[in-house]
Order: sequence, then C-alpha cells, then structure tokens
Amino acid sequence: MEFFRIRRDIPFMRHALVFNIVSAVTFLAAVFFLATRGLHFSIEFTGGTVSEIHYTQTANLAHVREAVDKLGFGEVQVQNFGTSQDVMIRVPVRSDVKQAEVAQRVFDALCAAEQGQVSTKAVTTPKGEAITRPACTKADGNEPFELARTEFVGPSVGAELAQDGAKALACVVIGIMIYLAIRFEWKFSVAAIIANLHDVVIILGFFAFFQWEFSLSVLAAVLAVLGYSVNESVVIFDRIREAFRRYRKMTTHEVIDHAITSTMSRTIITHGCTQMMVLSMLIFGGPTLHYFAVALTIGILFGIYSSVFVAAAIAMWLGVKREDLIKSGPAKEGGDPNDPNAGAVV
Amino acid sequence: MNRYPLWKYLLLAFALVVGLVYTLPNFFGEAPAVQVSSGKATLKVDASLAGRVEQALQAAGIKPDFVQFEGNSVKARLADTDTQLKAKDALNKAFNTDPSDPSYIVALNLVSRSPHWLARLHALPMYLGLDLRGGVHFLMQVDMKAALTKKAESVAGDIRSTLRDKNIRHAGINREGNIVEVRFRDAETRAAALPVLNDSQPDIVWVDGNASNGDLLLSGSLKPEAVRRVQDAALKQNITTLHNRVNELGVAEPVIQQQGADRVVVQLPGVQDTAKAKDIIGRTATLELRMVDDSVEAAAAAAGGGPVPYGTERYVERGGGPLMVKRQVIITGDSLSDAQPGFDDHQQPAVHLTVDAKGARIMRDVSRENIGKRMAILLFEKGKGEVVTAPVIRGELGARFQISGRMTTQEANDTALLLRAGSLAAPMEIIEERTIGPSLGADNIAKGFASVTYGFAAIAVFMCLYYLLFGMFSTLALAFNLLMLIAVLSMLQATLSLPGIAAIALALGMAIDSNVLINERVREELRGGASAQAAISAGYERAWATILDSNITTLIAGLALLAFGSGPVRGFAVVHCLGILTSMFSAVMFSRGLVNLWYGRQKKLKSVSIGQVWRPDGAPAPGGEAADKA
Repeated sequence: MEFFRIRRDIPFMRHALVFNIVSAVTFLAAVFFLATRGLHFSIEFTGGTVSEIHYTQTANLAHVREAVDKLGFGEVQVQNFGTSQDVMIRVPVRSDVKQAEVAQRVFDALCAAEQGQVSTKAVTTPKGEAITRPACTKADGNEPFELARTEFVGPSVGAELAQDGAKALACVVIGIMIYLAIRFEWKFSVAAIIANLHDVVIILGFFAFFQWEFSLSVLAAVLAVLGYSVNESVVIFDRIREAFRRYRKMTTHEVIDHAITSTMSRTIITHGCTQMMVLSMLIFGGPTLHYFAVALTIGILFGIYSSVFVAAAIAMWLGVKREDLIKSGPAKEGGDPNDPNAGAVV
Repeated sequence: MNRYPLWKYLLLAFALVVGLVYTLPNFFGEAPAVQVSSGKATLKVDASLAGRVEQALQAAGIKPDFVQFEGNSVKARLADTDTQLKAKDALNKAFNTDPSDPSYIVALNLVSRSPHWLARLHALPMYLGLDLRGGVHFLMQVDMKAALTKKAESVAGDIRSTLRDKNIRHAGINREGNIVEVRFRDAETRAAALPVLNDSQPDIVWVDGNASNGDLLLSGSLKPEAVRRVQDAALKQNITTLHNRVNELGVAEPVIQQQGADRVVVQLPGVQDTAKAKDIIGRTATLELRMVDDSVEAAAAAAGGGPVPYGTERYVERGGGPLMVKRQVIITGDSLSDAQPGFDDHQQPAVHLTVDAKGARIMRDVSRENIGKRMAILLFEKGKGEVVTAPVIRGELGARFQISGRMTTQEANDTALLLRAGSLAAPMEIIEERTIGPSLGADNIAKGFASVTYGFAAIAVFMCLYYLLFGMFSTLALAFNLLMLIAVLSMLQATLSLPGIAAIALALGMAIDSNVLINERVREELRGGASAQAAISAGYERAWATILDSNITTLIAGLALLAFGSGPVRGFAVVHCLGILTSMFSAVMFSRGLVNLWYGRQKKLKSVSIGQVWRPDGAPAPGGEAADKA
C-alpha cells in the first residue's frame, strides 16, 4: 500500500508567492477577529465562579436563569454544557459579594427554585468510601439535581495565570528560536518561528471568531501545537540540509522542492495518525476536553500548511544558501587559497 | 549490520519487566478500609496504635488484610463493605469511650488492592488528581499585612515598658501601618533611647526623623530578613494548624502544601462539602494559662469522691489522670509571642516560651506568689479544653521562661507546636476553590481511558495495514511507550489529571511520528536500490537526527509549560515531557531491537515486509515487493 506515488519533485516553490499571500490573508483575518471580538476567556483568566449542575431530567434553562437572577449578581451566564441535563452557571467577579460564598448561594437559590431543602449528606459509596456532599432533597425524598463541579478563582489568581500563560508562550518562542539557530542557521530559525506563530494566531482567530471558551487547557494545547508544528519545519530543513550535501548541482529552489516532496508522505501520515488520536478525544473525551481537542485539530491541519509551504518559502526569500548549512564544505577541499582551481568539482 | 549487542537486549528486557511491575498496581482497583486518626490536637498517633487497632479488630472477630501505620493515621484494609462497617463500629466502641468527645476519628476510605509485595517495591498506583477522584481544592493566601501589623503592635507594647523601665521619657509611641514611631522632646533623650531600643529589639532598624509638630522621631521598621522570617513562621504555623484540623475530617490523603511565599494549597479528596471544610479550617483555637487547684477538696474531687469545688474545673491530663484547674485565666494565647523547643542548663529537653510585656508583668506577679505550685496550660478548640502541659513553677518567671523536666525531645517539639497552634499567626483568605463531584471524577477517568484506547486502536490498525510487519513493530513500540509512560508516572507518583490523560493520548499520537519517519526512510532506501539490510540500517541512522531535533522542540514547549503552569495544566506538562522521553527510547531503541531480532541474522535477506515499495519506473525494488505498473 503506497498512497504517495510521486514521480517527480513537485515544483512547490514556484507558487511560493501564492502560498504566502494566502497565509498573510488568513493571518490578517485572524488578527482582525482577535482585535474586534476578543477571546472568550474562561474564569481561570478573568476570575469568577462557575457551577456545573447535573439535573436528573432535562434542565429548564429559563427557570434556572430566573432563580439565579434573583440573587442580583449581575451578568450571569447560564447555558447547557455537554448534554441537555447539564447546566453551567458562570458568575463574574463582583466586589460587593464575598467570592467564596457565591457557589453556595447559587446552589441554595437553585434548590429553593425546585422547592427542595439543602442539606449535607454523608454517604458511603458502594465501593466503601465515605464522602460528604451537599444535596438538595425535595419533599418526596428525590434529588432534582446534583452538584457536578464548582470552581472559584479570585481575580488576583486569574491575572497571575494569564501572565504565566504569556510568559510560557514567550519562553517557548525564544527557546525554539535559539535551538533552531544553533542546529541549522538563523534564517531557518526566523522562518520557522514566523510560520508557526502564524499557526498559533490562526487558532486564536478561530477561537475569537466562534467565541469558544479559551481556558488553560486550550493554552496548553496551543503551546503543544507550536512545538509539534515546528517539528514539521525541522524535518523539512533537515532534508534541505541533506539535499544540499548530496545534490551539489541543484539550486536552492530545486533543493527545497525536493525536500518537501520527499517528506510529503511522512508529513501526511503522521498528521493523519495524530489527528486520529485527537478525533478519538473529540468523540470520547467529553465536554471538558472538547475545546482542547478542537485547538489541536486546527493546529494540526493548519500546521501542515504553514510548516511545509510557508516556512520553506520564507527561508527561501530570506536568501538561504548551501553555504549556510554546510559550513565545513569549502574548508575540507584543501586549504590553499592561492590555488586557482580550489573548489573545482569534476 | 543490524545486530544489537546482548547488553542492549538485556536492557530492553529489563525495562520491559520494570515497566510491567510498576504498571501492575494500577489494575488492581481499590478495596474498602478504615482509617483511624487523632481527633484531638493533644493526642498524637504513633505506631503503637496499629497494634491496638489490630487487637480491637481481632476481639470483634474481624480479620483485616493488613493493618499499617503510615503518615499520621492507621489504615486497615478489609474484605468488603459490610466488614468495613462492622470494623468501624468495633473501633469506635473500643477507642471512643465518650461518643460526644471522641479521641479518635474512625473514617471509611478506599485503599489500593494491590498486593503487599508490590507496595514494598514502592510500586503504587498512579496518584489521581482531584478532577479524577472528586474532592475539594483550596488555595489560601495568608494575610501577611495582618501578621506584620500584629508584630508591630507587640513591638510597640514592648518598647513602652522597656523605655519605662529604663526611665527614658518619651512623648508618645504609636504605630503607623507597620512602622512604630517613638516621639521625643529633645535630641539627648533620643540619643539615649537609641542604644536601649537597639538592644531590646534587634530585629528593628531605627531611622531619625521629624514629626510635624516639631517633636523628634525614631521610626522603626522590621529588617527585611525579619519580615521574611515572620512570613515563613506564619505560613509554617498555619500549615501545621491546618494539618491538625484536617485530620479531623478523616480524609484519606489530604494535601497541604506551601505554594510560593505566602500561599497554602489544601486538597481534600472525597470531601465535597466545602462549607464544613471551610468551617473547620477557619476555626480559631485559644490558649489559656491557669493555676492548678491543689486544695484538699479539689484532690478529693479528683480521686472521684467529692464534688468539684466552686471556681474549679476538671480536665484530663496527658497521661490520662484528672487535673483540677482553677477557672480564673492568668494569661491567654494572645500574650504568648513564641514557643520553641530547646535544651535547658542541664542539657535536658525543654520548651522556651516568650510572652509580651503585659504577659511578662502578670507572669512575674503570679509566679512570685506561687512558687512550688503547678500551672496548667490549656488549649481550647471547639469549646472543649485540653491540658497541654502542667509544670511546677520553680522560680520567678519573666518575659522568657522555660518548661522542662521529664520530657523527651519529641515531647518538647510537640508541646511547642501545640502552644504555637493556640493562635493562628495570620488570618487566611481563600483565593481559589474547586469542587469536583464524585460521579464527575469517575466519568472523567472513563472518558480519558476511552479516548486513549480508541485512538491507539485506530493508529495500530492503520500502521499494520500500511507498513505490514514494520507496522506491527511500530505498534509494539507504541505499546511499550505507553507501558513505560504509565510506569514512570506511577513511580514518580506524579499527579494525573484529565489534561494529563489527554497528554498521554497526545504523546502517543506524536510518538508514532518517529516510527513513520523510520519506515518512510527505509522505504526510500529500498526505492533507491539499497539492499534490504543496508536499507534498514541506513533508514534508522538517517532518521535518528531528525527524530532528535523534532522531539527537542516539542520538549521545549513542554518544559515551558512545566515552569509556568499550575494545577491541571502542570499535570499536562509533566506527562507531555515524560511522554517525549519515553517515546525517543521506545520508538528508536525498542523497535530497532525488534527489527534486529527478526531480520538481523538473515545474511542473505532478500526483502523486508514494509508494505509496497513503489518505484516510479515500475521495476521491482531489490529489497521490496514488486510494484504494479502505476
């Protein structure tokens, strides 16, 4: 089985300009959406309280919203989360309310709306672990809903997490640039980083456009994608270096074409495999991992494009030459600078 | 050419065995258990309790799998939940004679079912984070301002009495924020006061100044190292107090750790009731110093005969005997500024106490009149008092005195801790809180596990179809990778969170890259006309440099996340980095080992099973199968 029956090197670099224009356009679109719509940050960055409630039957969102509005917490978000029985309630940071109590008050209000009584149940699970949990019981003994998860992040912690995220991103960029500059050459380093940051901005642009929730896990996915898509560029640069060594007669243009063509199969297959894993996460991972998997998917797809076409094109435009990568070449052929035939290859 | 030396095979076999052994505990599940911990701050749990627990269970006819003392509680693993309930009742009856004032807390918990011999090898199941187990997570910040203000207040009080004792007139002492200001009417008094103040308050640095109304000032602020010390001490004391209090909840594996300079992380698995947890953590305890009542009536009451005389209360001493203590309070914990374990003049363990000026005055008066009598120090929590220690007053006591005699260094340590626990050094505020319900925790594990399994299966099927035997080797290498990853996570007891499971999935998805690189390279060599053995060798060699480069860049991303991440994201970063390392080992060394084992010995190898090696001109490649004319 061989999917990639390629007879000749595909002349990619002939279309270098088109590739770069396309990527510039998508880049600008992403920046535009980021600037106008902004990212929908989760409470991990903004601070606030989130409660996830699991109802035994389909949740009545209007009812829930009414109950929570009565508490007077201002702009409260109430929405379905995963299934129709799961409700997520998000309360922003408010200076007049004691933050740590918000979750409890929301729970109480919801219970009152269901005509239930709030109590603390100490139960032993069937496996034998003793747990205590708050419960809302109606007169007939049933529990109309159950508390799945609450999270409260103070505003200072949120700001810190945002800063830490930005520092992590900066670190990754600098680290990768230094490594590539050492391993290959500075032109490749710059080309790789521009191409792959473009990747990151596109993912953020998608998130801004669709207003998907941008949480810490999504940030982790973005950084992982950045590292992963630099992989692609590295594989191609490696091939370029090898081709420069082997095929002395090829121009830079042809060398790059050859490198991309010969690694094409590996690129597509690897991305396909990783995407299969991410698809499995999308399908089976549940709502918590959903946006993480989405970020990875976008990263993998656009990663092929940016790392393969854009990175090499930018390197070419920066004027990369054989001598950049093969530093020991000329010196090895005999060291007499006065010899008029030095460097001649038969 | 494609032969591995024996030592490499042995290394691989060793890694395989280690991987299996350390992954094994994860498959055993959990068994019901009871956990006995101390219910009172003054009661310490040690290894002897394990013996008593075992005896109590045997007396009730229950046979536990094992009883062991770990950390600061005793755990006994039982066969099933019915036995668990019976054991709980039996232990409660045996240890808690007064149900309204339990000395020990008996809680129901889960313990891993893995056999003992694995545990002795330190092979434990992975440590599950809260989002996989269910529980409560608090991040608390110590209000350092309040701690420093308190210190400034006590310094102001001390200075007042010091200056009075030395007969140095001042025009007023007040506290501005964390700065103590002492006013003087003229320069000589100020000059005279400076050495006195430097002597009595070594932690303060004094600066000359001028007040608005013409008075001369000395402004004192804490030296930076002193500030850091106050911060550290406040944090450590709060953590100790929390440890004691969290014990009462009977939680299986609470986590209480310092995070940064002024924060404490508290994680309580199995508890979803944040109100109760907050209540316990926020509770304050008070310390009181009172005289022991040694009158005849009191002695009679202690012996069990007469009634307790008026103005006296009955407490239980540490050894178990009754102690009659007068109701009147001499000084409270607010006056106690420090309690440290140490040694007295005879090199015996002792506890050194420091009280503030007001407390010192009272101590001097009381001790002068009561030499030879006993003084009791009581700790009040939840409204009930316990006797920490009841020493005899040997001489006149001042601001600094010591309690010594008949205590081991361990007891001196414990007593000092308890005395400090009487007052929380600085109030704490909750700045982050997370609660995960139990069903969500189990749900998350199931989902994570499903993603990894199905993804792995899909990749395995594709690789085997596309690369045939080499694909099988790659799949085996991937499985080995997964095994190593889980084994290392179990060994390090790193916290596994839901993003961590996602990282396992991602690591596997990325690890296959190395194998694809190798396989594609081998195919290319075959396409180019190399012989089979040469193709394998060249393929692995050429691919190695690329694999190294690409893995290092992904590692850089992982390390940055590790440095700056916290909470579940940190779990992701740890697994990500470990996954890269294990993938380099397994993809290259393990798969090469398999290939060498299979093909290495065949000197006249004609073809390798790597799927179709398509040649553009249609001729069959020397090392591959014939291709069809495309």
